Amino acid sequence: MKSKYYLKFTGKYLVRMVTLLIAVSVISFVLVSLSPVDPVQQYVGSVPNVSVEQRAKIAEYWGLNDPPVERFLAWGKSILHGDFGVSLLYRRPVLDIIREKFAASLALMMTAWVFSGVIGFGVGCMMGVWNGKWPDKILKKVCLIMCSIPTFWIGIVFLMIFSVQLGWFPMGMSVPKGVPADQVTLLQRIHHLILPALTLSFLSFANVALHTREKLVDVLESDYVLFAKARGESKWSVLKRHGFRNIMLPAVTMQFGSFSELFGGSVLAENVFSYPGLGAAASAAGMASDVPLLLGITLFSALFVFVGNMLANIIYGIVDPQIREGYGHE
Amino acid sequence: MSNTAAVSAGTKPRKLQINRRTKTIFFAVMILAVLFSVYLAGALLSDDLIQADFSKKGLPPSLEHPFGTDMLGRDMLVRTIKGLSVSIVVGVVASTVSAVIALIVGVAAATGTSWLDHFINWVIDLVMGIPHTVLLILISFACGKGLKGVLIGVAVTHWTGLARIIRSEVLQIRSQQYIEVSKKLGHSSWWITVHHILPHMIPQFVIGLILMFPHAIMHESSLTFLGFGLSPEQPAIGIILSESMKYLSTGMWWLAFFPGLMLVMIVLLFDRLGENVKKIVDPYSAHE
Repeated sequence: MKSKYYLKFTGKYLVRMVTLLIAVSVISFVLVSLSPVDPVQQYVGSVPNVSVEQRAKIAEYWGLNDPPVERFLAWGKSILHGDFGVSLLYRRPVLDIIREKFAASLALMMTAWVFSGVIGFGVGCMMGVWNGKWPDKILKKVCLIMCSIPTFWIGIVFLMIFSVQLGWFPMGMSVPKGVPADQVTLLQRIHHLILPALTLSFLSFANVALHTREKLVDVLESDYVLFAKARGESKWSVLKRHGFRNIMLPAVTMQFGSFSELFGGSVLAENVFSYPGLGAAASAAGMASDVPLLLGITLFSALFVFVGNMLANIIYGIVDPQIREGYGHE
Repeated sequence: MSNTAAVSAGTKPRKLQINRRTKTIFFAVMILAVLFSVYLAGALLSDDLIQADFSKKGLPPSLEHPFGTDMLGRDMLVRTIKGLSVSIVVGVVASTVSAVIALIVGVAAATGTSWLDHFINWVIDLVMGIPHTVLLILISFACGKGLKGVLIGVAVTHWTGLARIIRSEVLQIRSQQYIEVSKKLGHSSWWITVHHILPHMIPQFVIGLILMFPHAIMHESSLTFLGFGLSPEQPAIGIILSESMKYLSTGMWWLAFFPGLMLVMIVLLFDRLGENVKKIVDPYSAHE
């Protein structure tokens, strides 16, 4: 019974993932085909003396003269074979670049994710407990203002304060300059990671805190909390037994649903700090009209967001007793 | 602000009593006036004021140049206001288009056949499934960058949230009895939508529209900052901030600090405006 349910669950997800990825690839392919940028011109770049015949040859080689549908099918076929093409910008296979850059980005995104999740949840709980009192009012104002601050500007401000004025942190990049890659210590990497991660977590931190606050206030105003108080439970025990348990679920959804924002924010944060991650590569690919890389990163980012949402649903099933019990009854 | 609060709390002078609704309307109008004057100032200030003047390059903030000058000797205050003006226009146009899309899509999903509803939900999931910034980069790339790319990009990516809200509102209204009565009276689905459902959508539409501005403005400036938006000759906050990156290590903090701060202020003002309008048009939220 249970295994059948899991099978259905996984099957449904697989179908959704495949349709989503097909749709994303169609849309992004149509979008890049619409671009007025001439890929041959972009490829040739500033190299002089490229004759018209040579250009035509490149266009022919890339199949630029074929109808769009044919090009899409050819591209889709090679992707299914695991060939995402070669990046014009880095002159290396797209998949290698994504793999390499994503490792750097993942460190950054996960640090920011944990920062904003843990601190945001904590601050949100504090606001909820102090609902309506002055610490709550001040924190709420601060969070609302934080929501309105663009990621890239706060990154610049952090750089100005902590790197230029105080000199606590380096001016960007993920490793110190002039040090061979194999000699970079973990501590140096972390040192370079802190400021970008803080910047990235800035926006979602406020969101998480405000969201947690709303939920906790709802819970604390409920009848069962009133009853618990009447039984003589202390504030802490009410929070532990009723508060946290009931706000856990929305917090999990929120946290895993933020993968999209996280990735989007990393594009900006990585650009400000010249951090060599996937986000910086995405905007670089767009600027340099590096179509294979841009398409590859788009597909990958959609997959990343999808995995986030899927994880949220799986954890939901584990954490929520209602869904957990419901497995057997379906 | 404390003045009016004190007056409304006291009971003595009758004609000065201002209730919360009046106060809210007053603040909304004030904010609107501020935003409009920023727009006008940016549109009316002559370009001569930001001519390059190398005798004044890189000056820190002073009385003459409150925001300092940049490396070409241009006054940063004028550049900032011009940039904000452009941002406001882009924000208003893009979010209006986006809100209209949301209204059409939301109503269509709720009133149309079930396959249309499924399809629209699927499209919303799809748009939300690609990180926003990546989608904006793609669309801007498709439009060949520039102002057009930003406008289209911001307009076609912000409607999803509002469309979902409108869809569920319409579904709720459609289950009301007076809709059933109207159907039995022989009115067509179109007639019911126009006469019974759309009027109910006005509050959500207006609030959604105004609360979309902050996002639209932030995304416009982010995209411009990354180099996909407005071109370097145009005044834009994104351009100013990406330029300032070059001079950060020289300690010229005013190049980035004030323009960004002003952008945050504009975003906050739009946010406040949205909250105030929400209190005016949506009686339920006024009691929070």
